[in-house]
Amino acid sequence: MAIVTLQNVTYKYPLTEAPVLQNVNLQVNEGEFVAVIGPNGAGKSTLCYTLAGFVPHFFKGELTGIVEVAGVETHQSSLNEWVLNVGLAFQNPFNQISGAKYTVFEEIAFGLENIGVPRGEMKPRVEKALALTGISDLADRSPYSLSGGQQQRVALTSILVMEPKVLVLDEPTSQMDPIGTREVFGVIRTMAERGMTVVLAEHKVEWIAAFADRVVALKDGQVLLDGKPGEVLTSPLLEEAGFGISRYTSTARKAKEMGLWKKDQLPVTLEEAVEGFRS
Amino acid sequence: MNIIIRDLRFTYPTGLEALRGISLTIAPGEQVAIVGQNGAGKTTLVKHLNGLLQPTQGSVHIGDWDTRQHPVSKLAVRVGYVFQNPDEQLFSQNVGMEVAFGPKNLGYPAEKVDALVKDALALTELSEKTETNPYDLSSTWRKMVALASIISMDTDIVILDEPTTGQDAVNVRRIAHVIAALRERGKTVITITHDIDFCAENFERVIAMSQGQILLDGPANEVLGQEEILATTYVDPPQLTRLGLRLGLKETVRNQEEFLTAIRK
Repeated sequence: MAIVTLQNVTYKYPLTEAPVLQNVNLQVNEGEFVAVIGPNGAGKSTLCYTLAGFVPHFFKGELTGIVEVAGVETHQSSLNEWVLNVGLAFQNPFNQISGAKYTVFEEIAFGLENIGVPRGEMKPRVEKALALTGISDLADRSPYSLSGGQQQRVALTSILVMEPKVLVLDEPTSQMDPIGTREVFGVIRTMAERGMTVVLAEHKVEWIAAFADRVVALKDGQVLLDGKPGEVLTSPLLEEAGFGISRYTSTARKAKEMGLWKKDQLPVTLEEAVEGFRS
Repeated sequence: MNIIIRDLRFTYPTGLEALRGISLTIAPGEQVAIVGQNGAGKTTLVKHLNGLLQPTQGSVHIGDWDTRQHPVSKLAVRVGYVFQNPDEQLFSQNVGMEVAFGPKNLGYPAEKVDALVKDALALTELSEKTETNPYDLSSTWRKMVALASIISMDTDIVILDEPTTGQDAVNVRRIAHVIAALRERGKTVITITHDIDFCAENFERVIAMSQGQILLDGPANEVLGQEEILATTYVDPPQLTRLGLRLGLKETVRNQEEFLTAIRK
């Protein structure tokens, strides 16, 4: 069942001339993990803001079409109600961390305080969330004393702890080390398996292929491709349109021209590449 | 000019010991990538090169200058530092003024400033955007402005802290092109990066850090093939290196050309 529906959505920021999203149609089912890819400026962040209600409630501007999440239409709702259903982790954690809290533990509790969760319930929820993302050891540190990647884990945790129905993530691992990135993708996958719906804007194609259910490719504010990771991420359209693709895909494509790759299907993940080059 | 770091230790005022005995020499014109897990001390280390941080113990020399004896403003003649987040660095009304700020402050004559600015803007493909306010540009282009404003200072040493974070494929190629141009000019380029494929394709020497110490330091192919050791600092080898390892190729490969040559054998 669709929990997110975008119907003919077009959006223009207040001071820009051209729309950033153009006639976007998208449905996401409950518990689905959808990755959104696209070059910078394609509209990925704006799509995240739209799902999270920041467009139009915070940024204003002109939004036409229908945006419906968990049965509520964005124009008929306020941001205060909206955040109970949808959580957004920002691309840059500096923009998200409140600045009002001395420790990571308090920072994670901040959202729960704001929606009036009782103190006795708050503590175990924060502890559980810290353990889930592997930052229990940072609980007593100041959010500002952390490295970029650690701050990103804090930003993600402070959204997860709210247990939103729909989790929207805007490049949540951009400053993380490679294995940390893989771990966080694993955490996101686990949340999806527990029934949380995930929409993730991301450039890291290899991990999208390994963890996401579906990939939407955005270009100039429009949906270029929408389908299974193996189909979308190996489409020849991507490279032409300036998308990043996996080295496994680009190398196998070249190898195919040279007669060194025999299969029709190109690989996106390491496992697929290993299997294909062995046969 | 050489960079010589001798038994460098650094402890933050909070008591966190971020660097625990680093010794390192970087020769003029070297292209070095520093990799390693979040919190390994990468940024703390490079902040010692332009004097933003001072050693708690040990020493850092930039050419014949000991960083403890020269202020940041003077070290800026020798070492340029591009921050991870361009928004921490940009403040001028337009791109041209932003890029001119550095060389002006180094006291260069107006003609030299003009020439340096023009060159830096051309290299970063910003020549058309001279009059634009940096904050009217997308984050992709703000990153290029941050880069240009350091290149225009024409320092022998350029430090890039995570240059490809959040950048798309087209801009990553643009940044790789800038690094190649700096190499041709004989500049020393030191880059912190988590983008290990970018590292493999653009750097000849790789240093892996872990918990305030150097874990591995050597030619890229030697370092990037050490899957087990890299895993201890949360780094995976590059995609094609991993593929080569899994397929049992004899040599470590790190880019498409090396990979295709190796599997043809």
